[in-house]
This record gives sequence, C-alpha cells and structure tokens, in this order.
Amino acid sequence: MNKILEVRGLSKIYGPGCPQCLESTGPEADTNLCPHCGSVVAIHDVSFDLFEGEILGVMGESGSGKSTVVKTLYFDQAPSSGEAIFFDNDRQYDLFSLNAAQQRWLRNHRFGMVYQNPNLGLNFNISAGGNIAERLLMSDLMDYGAIRERAKALLARTEVLLSRVDDLPKHFSGGMQQRVQIAKALATQPPLLFLDEVTTGLDLSVQARILDLILEIQQELKTAMVVVTHDLGVIRLLTGRAIVMKYGRVIETGLTDQILEDPQHAYTQRLVASAL
Amino acid sequence: MNPPILQVEGYGKHFQLHEQNKLIPSSHNVSFTVRAGELTALIGPTGAGKSSVLKGIYRTYLPSAGRILYRDAMGHELDLVLASEHQILELRRREIGFVTQFLHCLPRQATLDVVAQPLFALGVSRDVARQRAAELLSAMKLPERLWSVSPATFSGGERQRVNLARGFIAKPRLLLLDEPTASLDPATAERVIGLIEGLKAEGTAMLAIFHHPETTRRLADQVVELAPPPAVEELLEEIA
Ligand SMILES: Nc1ncnc2c1ncn2[C@@H]1O[C@H](COP(=O)(O)OP(=O)(O)OP(=O)(O)O)[C@@H](O)[C@H]1O
Ligand SMILES: [Mg+2]
Ligand SMILES: [Zn+2]
Repeated sequence: MNKILEVRGLSKIYGPGCPQCLESTGPEADTNLCPHCGSVVAIHDVSFDLFEGEILGVMGESGSGKSTVVKTLYFDQAPSSGEAIFFDNDRQYDLFSLNAAQQRWLRNHRFGMVYQNPNLGLNFNISAGGNIAERLLMSDLMDYGAIRERAKALLARTEVLLSRVDDLPKHFSGGMQQRVQIAKALATQPPLLFLDEVTTGLDLSVQARILDLILEIQQELKTAMVVVTHDLGVIRLLTGRAIVMKYGRVIETGLTDQILEDPQHAYTQRLVASAL
Repeated sequence: MNPPILQVEGYGKHFQLHEQNKLIPSSHNVSFTVRAGELTALIGPTGAGKSSVLKGIYRTYLPSAGRILYRDAMGHELDLVLASEHQILELRRREIGFVTQFLHCLPRQATLDVVAQPLFALGVSRDVARQRAAELLSAMKLPERLWSVSPATFSGGERQRVNLARGFIAKPRLLLLDEPTASLDPATAERVIGLIEGLKAEGTAMLAIFHHPETTRRLADQVVELAPPPAVEELLEEIA
C-alpha cells in the first residue's frame, strides 16, 4: 500500500496571534480562544498519513477544528503553518508551497470535496448537469456532447433521476443535493476525496443510502477519503482509522474499532460512552 | 507438528477508566501457541478475559502487556502489539479473520454482498465472490430469500451465520472465533462445525472460544484454560 497524503504539523490560527496562543489554548486549557489576543487556534500541530484507498475519520465535537483540517488541505483556507505532501502516482506535491494556479489545478483535477452545506459545493444558479459540466470544463475536457454524457453517467451513478439533470439544485431535497455534490466531486475521478459532515441533518434513511453510496464508490474506484463527522455511527461504518480532535488538537488516533471499543484518552472515553 | 503461526507470551489487558479513576483488569499473563491447521480453544469462567485475548490479537483492544508474535504468509515474524495501524489493516485484509457476535454493516447492503465483502476487498471479481458467498450461505442453510436483503433485521442465529460465512470466505491464515455457534440450533451448529473442520484441514490456524464444552472437546487440538485476572491491588503490587 502506498501513501497518498502526509500531513505534518498543520496549524491554523484566526486572528493576530501572540506568543501565548498555544499554551493558552487546547484540551488542557479547555478553549481554542486565546485570552491574551483573542485569536482562535482552530487547529494546531495536526499530523497524519493517508494511504491509497483508505478512509480516515476525523471526529470531535463542534468547533474542535475538523472542518478546518479539510479546508486547509483543499485550499479553501491557507494554513498558518505546517506541511502536506500529496503523492500522485510518480509525482509529489508540497501542497502549501504551490502557487495559486497549481493549487487550483490540483483542486480541479485530483481532489474532490463534498461539503455539509450544498451551497458551498454547488452553484445553485445552474442545473445539476451544469454543475458537473462546469467541473469537467475546468479540467479541460472534451466537447459539449461528451461532457453532457459524462455528467448524465455520473448522476445516474449517484442515483439522481436523469429526468432532473436540467433542474436547478436549489429545488432538490437535501439528500439529492448531496448526491449531486458527490457526482460533481467524482467527475474527474480524483484519487483523494474530502467529505465534511455529508450526511448531517438528513433523514436516517437518506443518510443510510448516502453512506452506502460512498462505500460503493470507495470500493469501485479505490478513492482515498478523509471523512469529517461528529457522528460515531458514520465513523464506525465508513472508516478504518480515525483521529479524535478537541479544541484544535489531535488527542487520540487509532484503528476505528479500537477507538470505539478501547478508547485511551479520558475525553474519547466520555465521547464514546455518551454515544451508546 | 505443524508450524506455529501465533505465539502469545504473557499477554495482559486492563482498562483504565479515567472518569471513574478506575483500573479494570481483564486478562492476565496469558501464553499459548496456535499452529497452522490446528485449533486452539480458550476456556475459563466468565470474567477470565477470553474475548479480551481475541480482541487484543485483532488489536480492537490495545494490549497492556506481553508479546503477540505472528508469522505472516511471507514468513516474517512481527509483534502485533507493536505493529503499525496500517500493518494491522493489511493483515486483517489478507490474513487474519475475526468472527464476533456483532455485525456492523451498511443498511442497504444485501447479505450476499456483506458475506462477499472480504473477497471484494482482495480484488476478486464480484460474480466469483458472490458465487462463493452463495455456496457458503447454502452450506449453512440460510434461506435463500434472505440473501438479497440486508442482515440488519436478522435474528441472532441468522446474523451469526452471516458473520461466519464472512469470516470463512477468504480462508484466512488465522481465524479468531468468539462463540461462533452460540445462537445456532443443534443441526445448524453441526453444519458450522463441519465447515470449521474443513477450513482446519485446509490449513487455517484457529483460536476459538466455544459456548459448549462438547464443541471444544470435538474441535480443539489444544485447550488453554484462563484464570480470572487478579484484583487491581495485586496487579499494582506486581507493577511496583
Ligand atoms: N473564518 C474564521 N474566522 C474565525 N474563526 C473561525 C473561522 N473559521 C472557523 N473558525 C473557528 O475555528 C474553530 C474550528 O472550526 P471548525 O469549523 O474547523 O470546527 P468543526 O470541528 O468543523 O465544528 P463543527 O462540528 O461545528 O462543524 C471554531 O472555533 C470556529 O469558530
Ligand atoms: Mg465542521
Ligand atoms: Zn494569543
């Protein structure tokens, strides 16, 4: 098995920052807000490896920094410090030293993102098919006919009714919007996918079908994924390994079944116990 | 004698519950060997930590003491206590299977695919994998009408057969079995025992906990009796 992503010391501070930021925040301090300068230490010193075809879970309570981890890796936000190497076949990219054009190229071709809020991932002013076509165009693909065919195939794969290809996503149900987002993310068959709370807020039965879809895709395409969720059920069903975050810091990492059945850290023990 | 695949030396496990400030001993100073094509059975009263030994080997639990030496298909020996998470995941995929009482599966996945899953993960074609799954399920007399639905709503005995079939299908080198026949009627249990004997004959090493002493007597090449772990105070003295 080969490594696809190596993250080391990833940090993101919102605000001016001061010399006391780090010691004044984190699980011990019980906050991510620096009392001296008012900055938010959203994440600090996050490190992990991801292997080809692997699904890694990022769990933790609201505000623990889960989304910030994937947002920095997908270039939605620049990190304050840290390093991430993306291994793509024979090439390797030092993500945060790339220029904007190179970062955009990776985003459009080699990474995919599915947001909790479909507003962030979809353009609500163009049709479902158009959303996918847009991504295919950005990845410098082919003629109009080919793009339309590919968009339809993707929507069919993610079980969006083909009769709705030309409808605007704002008229779709939440579950269907997520399917369109997934289809869009998959358009370029990226080896690496980020999923941020993709089933949160959906009905249980809709949730279940989306989780099924994600796993099927992972098995078919061997896509590596980072799955952000506070839902331990999702963590158990989808992921092989997981990291647990609190106030911006990683407090525990391990095999998912081990984290759920033999959590080591007091915080994780509480988190798991409260979910039973 | 067949070559050893697994050597457990002085395995111990205790849980540290931070919230209650408690130390809970679960297994203590357990040692034994499992060989290719043989079945080692763990026996002992409730609370002796039998399941916790299996979970420690599979790394669902992080062992607290001892070594778990595993010889892989390439002949390399590694200590499962120290192996990396990725090494463990790879071994779970290719060599080590675990049949428990629990079944975690996707809500929509058909039983046939749940069973075939370990073969899918090894890259076996879907058709071949499902064919093999069907053979196993019929060998265990799981009614065919259940194959295409999700096992989420199955009875205990039906679910157990799904678990067993999934554990057997990839013919692991080492198979851990936690009360694999506990919720089966005698006739079905008999079929499962037949399948276990078949796998053993093909060379799978097994470590098992059986509900019935009779099953242990019939299947085990070696029996290891576990005693309940000493009380916390004694453990602490030992550490001190
Ligand atoms: N643009 C921003 N400016 C200031 N603070 C921010 C910004 N974005 C995030 N934060 C803060 O960073 C911290 C981590 O946020 P993040 O969104 O990563 O949390 P999360 O774990 O994803 O939470 P949730 O489960 O609620 O989605 C929070 O305290 C949040 O308020
Ligand atoms: Mg979030
Ligand atoms: Zn500060």
